[in-house]
Amino acid sequence: MAKITLDNLAHSYLPNPGSEDDFALKELNHDWNDGEAYALLGASGCGKSTLLNIISGLLQPSQGRILFNDQDVTHAPTTARNIAQVFQFPVVYDTMTVRDNLAFPLRNRGADADYIATRVQEIAAMIGMEDTLDRKARGLTADAKQKISLGRGMVREDVNALLFDEPLTVIDPHMKWELRTQLKRLHQQFGHTMIYVTHDQTEALTFADKVVVMHDGRVVQIGTPQELFETPEHTFVGYFIGSPGMNVIPAKVDGDRAYINGAEVMLARGYGKLQGDIAIGVRPEFARLSDSEGLPVKIRRIEDVGRHKIIRADCFGTEINIVAAEADEIRADMTRVAFDADHVNVYANDWRVKEEAA
Amino acid sequence: MDKTPNQKAWFLVLPVLVLVAFSAVIPLMTVVNYSVQDTFGGNQFFWAGLEWFDELLHSERMWDALGRQLLFSAIILAIEVPLGILVALNMPKKGVWVSVCLVLMSLPLLIPWNVVGTIWQIFGRVDIGLLGHTLAALGIEYNYTQNTLDAWITVIVMDVWHWTSLVALLAYAGLQSIPDAYYQAAKIDQASRWKVFRYIELPKMMGVLMIAILLRFMDSFMIYTEPFVVTGGGPGNATTFLSIDLVKMALGQFDLGPAAAFSIMYFLVILLISWVFYTVMTNLDKKGS
Repeated sequence: MAKITLDNLAHSYLPNPGSEDDFALKELNHDWNDGEAYALLGASGCGKSTLLNIISGLLQPSQGRILFNDQDVTHAPTTARNIAQVFQFPVVYDTMTVRDNLAFPLRNRGADADYIATRVQEIAAMIGMEDTLDRKARGLTADAKQKISLGRGMVREDVNALLFDEPLTVIDPHMKWELRTQLKRLHQQFGHTMIYVTHDQTEALTFADKVVVMHDGRVVQIGTPQELFETPEHTFVGYFIGSPGMNVIPAKVDGDRAYINGAEVMLARGYGKLQGDIAIGVRPEFARLSDSEGLPVKIRRIEDVGRHKIIRADCFGTEINIVAAEADEIRADMTRVAFDADHVNVYANDWRVKEEAA
Repeated sequence: MDKTPNQKAWFLVLPVLVLVAFSAVIPLMTVVNYSVQDTFGGNQFFWAGLEWFDELLHSERMWDALGRQLLFSAIILAIEVPLGILVALNMPKKGVWVSVCLVLMSLPLLIPWNVVGTIWQIFGRVDIGLLGHTLAALGIEYNYTQNTLDAWITVIVMDVWHWTSLVALLAYAGLQSIPDAYYQAAKIDQASRWKVFRYIELPKMMGVLMIAILLRFMDSFMIYTEPFVVTGGGPGNATTFLSIDLVKMALGQFDLGPAAAFSIMYFLVILLISWVFYTVMTNLDKKGS
């Protein structure tokens, strides 16, 4: 178990990166605290796997350092880092039995035979494969193979960190919940530092204490699920987390007022002089339809998703979403939308602007 | 549902039947026909029954040739398969050198058998050959036309030179199909280089390797041109393999009956050994050893 420090880290797959765009992973400084469970969330190709492979040593970063417990391991090979990693697609040793597969990492470290036997039994119970221990791994379903991969990742107790690279992609939905719960329990039991890469927000938000959101090779926000929901630091976080995502409406901001096509919106806080493309961001949950206050909208359609209704509307040419409670009545004369001023954030060039001190 | 009988469909199969009949069945049957008859020329044949088979089974000449043949195939397999795998493991996986390697590796495969024979025949000559002359200059006695061991070494090295590429290329194809994730997982699991080979590379190569071994076995078991050009089967009968012996019998002595019986037994032996190989290896594969 270890604290992992990324110091000035960046990576490019090109031999001579020029501009910032050449970097798959842009400069990053971050501490992964010992024993915490992190989720690394982002769209495909945003650099999540690159970051993971750098931590495990499968990839050498173009610049910067990685430290495990303040010890520089930037150039240490994977085998010396004592890390467990589970990949997106199952990797099993076909010719071995399930038992030998699970025991493999322990045997390679020269562990004691009795210890291996009990440990393999524990892991088999955890992944629900006690009955198939003596079967050859070949010919098992993708599901079962991925469970073996997970098991092999968890079998060593003394690893510095456990890394998961979208490990549940090929698993059945009902098994997904179960395995994720198992991982969570494992974390509580042993307190490993865990980093879980995913592009599924539900998975990220349920698994992790802290979620790291990546976009275009950059970490845009690190926070608890609640922070990500209430104060997205970047419009991408707003879009990506939440269903539907945050409404982003181009606006002019002056003091504690925002103007959209001349219509005024109250803000809870005051802002100074702002540069660049200015927009306000409001989550659909903090918007409501009204017949008297707010901005004029044209309702396009209403989707009833069971627990609530989603209203798709048009506000001065920008598409916006509004979430209304299942019981709320929507009348024909409700042609305005009002925002909850406390939850309106202001963005300049996609980054959230901090309000002026009162 | 009732099917309408339509005998016209037979015409559609006819071309294939004719093709197979003329390319395989009829020639094979001719051989079978010869093997049970005797002739004194003039296109006159007499029924001989299984006499030729009986004679061959008791002929020392045939058994010696078979022994040499088996030894030859065993030696070249024992060298070419491990060597081919070793070469494949050391070939680059990506970059410009891949194509360079592939071209270089396929070059020997593109050279016709008799040319390979001629190359080595000249290469090994003591008077003008680079190899023979160099060895002589170094004071090593080497003469493939007179020394049995030298003749064997020459023929084996020639075959290894000619065909190791085939094993290497097939093994390389098997290696290339292994996703990176396997090597990465092995690193994470702290597997040694040997274990990576034993548990990842070898199992994934097994399929193509089986084809390579079968091909090399069948080909080496039928080898004719190269040793014929280099040693002519000599010195004495030292490198007279089955094919060389068969041609001597059929065309040299024009003993059609015994040669036909020889051919059939030759064919059956190859079939049998190939079947044994295949069964053993698929079983190994299933059990995963």
